[in-house]
Amino acid sequence: MPPAHSTAKAANRPMIEMRDLNKWYGDFHVLKDINFTVGSGQKVVICGPSGSGKSTLIRCVNRLEEHQQGQLIVDGIELTNDIKNIEAIRREVGMVFQQFNLFPHLTVLENLTLAPIWVRKVPKKEAEEAAMHFLNRVHIPEQALKFPGQLSGGQQQRVAIARSLCMKPNIMLFDEPTSALDPEMIKEVLDVMIELANEGMTMVCVTHEMGFARTVADSIVFMDKGEIVESAPPTEFFAKPKSERTRLFLSQILGH
Amino acid sequence: MAAPNVVTADTATESSFARTPAIRWVRQNLFSNWFNTAVTLALAYMILKGLYSFASWAVFNAVWTVEGTDTRPCREMSGVGACWAVIGEKHRFILFGIYPFDEQWRPLLAIFLFLGLYVVSAMRAFWNRWLAVIWAVGLTLIGALMWGGVFGLTYIENERWGGLPLTLILATFGIALAFPLSIFLALGRRSNLPAIRALSIVYIELIRGVPLITLLIMASVMFPLFLPEGVSIDKLLRAQVAIILFSAAYLAEVVRGGLQAIPKGQFEAADSLGLSYWQKTAKIILPQALQLVIPPLVNTFIGLFKDTSLVLIIGLFDLLTSAKGALLEPAWLGFGVEVYFFVSVIYFAFCFAMSRYSQNLEVELATGHKH
Ligand SMILES: Nc1ncnc2c1ncn2[C@@H]1O[C@H](COP(=O)(O)OP(=O)(O)O)[C@@H](O)[C@H]1O
Ligand SMILES: [Mg+2]
Repeated sequence: MPPAHSTAKAANRPMIEMRDLNKWYGDFHVLKDINFTVGSGQKVVICGPSGSGKSTLIRCVNRLEEHQQGQLIVDGIELTNDIKNIEAIRREVGMVFQQFNLFPHLTVLENLTLAPIWVRKVPKKEAEEAAMHFLNRVHIPEQALKFPGQLSGGQQQRVAIARSLCMKPNIMLFDEPTSALDPEMIKEVLDVMIELANEGMTMVCVTHEMGFARTVADSIVFMDKGEIVESAPPTEFFAKPKSERTRLFLSQILGH
Repeated sequence: MAAPNVVTADTATESSFARTPAIRWVRQNLFSNWFNTAVTLALAYMILKGLYSFASWAVFNAVWTVEGTDTRPCREMSGVGACWAVIGEKHRFILFGIYPFDEQWRPLLAIFLFLGLYVVSAMRAFWNRWLAVIWAVGLTLIGALMWGGVFGLTYIENERWGGLPLTLILATFGIALAFPLSIFLALGRRSNLPAIRALSIVYIELIRGVPLITLLIMASVMFPLFLPEGVSIDKLLRAQVAIILFSAAYLAEVVRGGLQAIPKGQFEAADSLGLSYWQKTAKIILPQALQLVIPPLVNTFIGLFKDTSLVLIIGLFDLLTSAKGALLEPAWLGFGVEVYFFVSVIYFAFCFAMSRYSQNLEVELATGHKH
């Protein structure tokens, strides 16, 4: 099977590498000696209690947060203070936020074409065609001319995913993409994410949707108090978690 | 044949609906008990009486014309009727100051050009590159008209400009240049670069801390002292610069208020898409921030428009100064009320237009993407 072979081969190439990464907010040590690698095409789910540093960790990847110690290499580029490197990495890394963060003064189509036109210098017409393509993929082409405020939460989050995809990223980061959604809208967003995963996108996803983690993830990372406590493939992670903290966490979120 | 019937029926229901609640509102709010009724009637009497006295002064007892400068008919009616004859006699001086009398069609045309520019700028259909071209052409024409020296127009140095065109020049350039400057100052005050932030803060706080009058006096009296011998900068230009620098400091704080109201998520979303600082600012942050602060922005613009009258301190002949000048002729001494009423109406027309326009704009921009 050639696809499997190529995925396996590509997986050798690390897309995100964190080596002994440390970060502080003032005196507060928020990330402690993080070692974390995501291979090309891999899907990693990060879970852990609130305040454990999950958001901070993935926000370091596209420099929404700055780390103070250690090395962080994204798609072969090391993140330093060099603004050129930062912008280059941001072009390659898409991010989906808990609160969607669509631009409320622009239509859905304008939300999708803004970055391709201004950052990638794609001609407007081409950018709009690509935008419609991605709106189709997230199943809401009919909303193109509306403003974000006129859409439901689930629709807004799918637009946000499409907006990132329009930049043709190599890596997608998701920070609790379904946490702000009403229960009936969670599935439509997860379905889009599963489709994306099946197409071979490299994904890092902070989520507590364990059903999603089970079906999609190559590995699940458990964080607590700024540390990576445990990292394992889903079957292993759920069947025999190594640490007591993981077991406790799992019993809390799967318990009811 | 059905359609007209429907329409009639509709109008009928509409008007009867409109009337009933109106009457009910009046009953409930103005005549609900004997005390409210008494207050309503007393106030109505006072309002009507006030209106009547004003109307008798302004219209019924007013003197509209006099023979030459024989203002005795006016003086006989002093305190009873307005002397609008003074406006008829002096309106050209008030509107154009000491601009040569036979050439006053030029500033008149300049006023209409300004009005045309305002109307065009107010239309959203023109909010594109063409607007800059239109303004460039418009201002060039206004300059050519006012100065002359081209197309066979005699040259008029700007010491002789005055009245409404001067006020419009000061206000238009004041707003058009102070506004962009204020945006840079507001961005600077939030900059991560310490030098730029410090500079912006010092500028804003320093300028905001002194009255405009002192700036104008400094610009007209002190500034030339620092210039090398023989070099001189035009008085009008100095006043204009003072107005721009002063207004920019105020506007900057208004703009900063808007910037602060933008959620962090908007900055992060723009960053995560790889937009540069200026792209993010121009495409995402400013459009939202400025829309939020339209009311205080226009408030400041209106203040600026009226503050241009302070140039009278340094002897520039703006609308208010020329109005004052018009009263210096002995025959017309003492008709200040009429003259100031006249210029107030002009100031009001411009300021009220700005206010109404901003309210429309707010509503227009808000439709569509309200949460
Ligand atoms: N800007 C900040 N300044 C100070 N502390 C912060 C900041 N952002 C987050 N924190 C703290 O860092 C910790 C980790 O935050 P976060 O990464 O958002 O956790 P999670 O996403 O796992 O809930 C929390 O204790 C939070 O209070
Ligand atoms: Mg979080």
